Amino acid sequence: MSSDANPYLAHHFDDIVQQHESVSLGMWIFLLTEIMFFGGIFFAYTIYRFLYPDMFHAMSHHLDVTMGTINTGVLLTSSLTMALAVNAAQRGMKKRLVTMLGVTCAAGVIFLVIKYFEYAHKFHVGSVPGRLWTFETEFGNQAQLFYSLYFGATGLHGLHVLIGVVIIGVLTILAWKDKLPQGRAQRVEMVGLYWHFVDLVWIFVFPLFYLIGRT
Amino acid sequence: MSTQAVEPKNYLNAAHTVRSWLFTVDHKRIAILYLVSISFFFFLGGAAAFIFRLDLMTPQGDLLQSDTYNRLFTMHGVIMVFLFLVPSIPATLGNFLVPIMIGARDLAFPKINLMSWYLYMAGGACILWAIVDGGVDTGWTFYTPYSTAFAKSNVAITLVGIFIAGFSSIFTGFNFIVTIHKMRAPGMTWFRLPLFIWAHYATSLIMVLATPVLAVTVFLAALERLFGFGIFDASKGGDPVLFQHLFWFYSHPAVYIMILPSLGVVAELISAFSRKRLFGYRFVAFSSIAIAALGFLVWGHHMFVSTQSPYLGIVFSLISFLVAVPSAIKVFNYTATLYKGSVSLDSPMIYALGFIGLFVIGGLTGIFLATLATDVHLHDTYFVVAHFHYIMVGGALMGYLGGLHFWWPKITGRLYSEFWAKISAGLVFAGFNFTFFPQFIVGYLGNPRRYHFYPPEFQIYHVMSTVGSTILGFGYIIPVIYLLASLKWGKKAPANPWEAKGLEWEIPSPPPTENFTGPVVVTEEAYAYPVRKS
Repeated sequence: MSSDANPYLAHHFDDIVQQHESVSLGMWIFLLTEIMFFGGIFFAYTIYRFLYPDMFHAMSHHLDVTMGTINTGVLLTSSLTMALAVNAAQRGMKKRLVTMLGVTCAAGVIFLVIKYFEYAHKFHVGSVPGRLWTFETEFGNQAQLFYSLYFGATGLHGLHVLIGVVIIGVLTILAWKDKLPQGRAQRVEMVGLYWHFVDLVWIFVFPLFYLIGRT
Repeated sequence: MSTQAVEPKNYLNAAHTVRSWLFTVDHKRIAILYLVSISFFFFLGGAAAFIFRLDLMTPQGDLLQSDTYNRLFTMHGVIMVFLFLVPSIPATLGNFLVPIMIGARDLAFPKINLMSWYLYMAGGACILWAIVDGGVDTGWTFYTPYSTAFAKSNVAITLVGIFIAGFSSIFTGFNFIVTIHKMRAPGMTWFRLPLFIWAHYATSLIMVLATPVLAVTVFLAALERLFGFGIFDASKGGDPVLFQHLFWFYSHPAVYIMILPSLGVVAELISAFSRKRLFGYRFVAFSSIAIAALGFLVWGHHMFVSTQSPYLGIVFSLISFLVAVPSAIKVFNYTATLYKGSVSLDSPMIYALGFIGLFVIGGLTGIFLATLATDVHLHDTYFVVAHFHYIMVGGALMGYLGGLHFWWPKITGRLYSEFWAKISAGLVFAGFNFTFFPQFIVGYLGNPRRYHFYPPEFQIYHVMSTVGSTILGFGYIIPVIYLLASLKWGKKAPANPWEAKGLEWEIPSPPPTENFTGPVVVTEEAYAYPVRKS
């Protein structure tokens, strides 16, 4: 339609500014739905933490703080490299873009691997709610509630990390093959917003589950 | 399509392959895909209702076994709520009209729009599978602990279907919000938007903010059902009532997802068939937003008898009363528009007028239910069933049918038989009241909802209800016949068969793929009908 013919302009937008603003607004609204999505679990957490504060504190000691802390560091670092990737994309610096996306993707994988070991340990000691539950504590069955919330929250978060790893992996390949020129920098920026959001969720999950027993 | 002369290019004859439909990113074609699929689910859900209504002709339910009866009313509820009412107007008329009414070439994210249809179909397939495989017997509300621990039916797969279909609704809402914010044509200011758009904007806010909570709720319930997680399980310290809180946090606002678009459609119809600017435009616009906002604060009125604190109940009751204010603003303004208008009773207008009457009854009986003391008596009786059917069927569905008739010539380029349209509009109105008004009475007398058996003295009301539902059924089947017939034999529709105002009536019927042939500049208010000297 438009005469200045920007190759990155979709047919139904009038100009590139309109397109950028729409995509950006869309991403923020999507993140809003994500907040409501995780909000349901945090709401349940709040209710039960008020009902059973002692159980929550005691169970928190059974989570692996070392692994959790390492994972926090890994994820925060990946947010930094993601921000650098966005910057590189906007300035059209291909080599740095590929590196930064690659590091971010790798950090996501490391996070998931560490998470796998944490989960495996819980299967091993039987602190998985439901049929596999064999974990003995003074709180009996009630302790399953804590682990239900733990697996629900970290599971959903892990799923988001996994999706992020796949998308960032695809972006890395695209950048490598010169398919992410400066004009497409907004793609990297939007994935960056998503990745920072995933990071932010973890910033809430980590203290609420791992650290509450340690004050 | 006939081959006479040269037909101008439009979105329907642009391409004819199956592929061109299944991979389309044109919002108008996606609207048609939705129209076909939701119609299918509507008749499936309607058939379920018709069978159990037949069964309820006798107090001891001679036709069905109780287990089958439970599965049928659940099937009716799940299909009608999640696969028909929630997507009905937004995904069909909204999809088709939102870009056109604001002067845009498409929605902001055409591919996400197509994806939303695929998600809807995937969710629908899961629910169909659950039905074919034996059905679900929990009711559409899936209350724990029955749904998570005891029900011996296909709960998990149904929950998965609802989870997936929920995302299709989120994507529709998300697309509308961005489109309305960023893609309005020059001159199309917020207060020049048709009220249909305001209604869809308010609806989209609810879709985007409430549906994710439903998603996480059914996710947690499914984890509990499948793996024995304990979030709603009292034996593990969980609280089954928490499920109700989370469920209604979505499902009450969801009622407004169903009715707000319909209120928007009726605003268009009333204005077009009174040849008058809608009275109190700004009040009607903001009342949509007010309904959406208040809708988030009233969920507890579903739980007055669910061990909720009575003080909380009082607050929820008062806020629920407040919803009556914006609703009444709409009804009064619609009625005031009729005053001194040149009212013509074409079939869409008959639906619109029927809507107003039924919506008022549905709304006022809602006040009874929002009152703590009366709700203790009326809770979970047929009174509730009648109330929400007056809103959902008498309101949402009448608006949907009115809108479908109003924009049918625009969508298909054909005119339907006005004679049959008037007959079916009359049948729907009569059949509807026949079906549901007796349920107010039998509910007030104490007949609980969802029970298979009832005392013999209530039989007369149930027989009336069943007879009414048969009439209603004809009212739904006749439009299918004459609307489909219009595609083949209907007269070609002019660009503006109703002489109505609005951008959609300034382009050809059916519209070209790009909607507008040139740049769009809006220079007048919405509904700029000539002012008559009194």
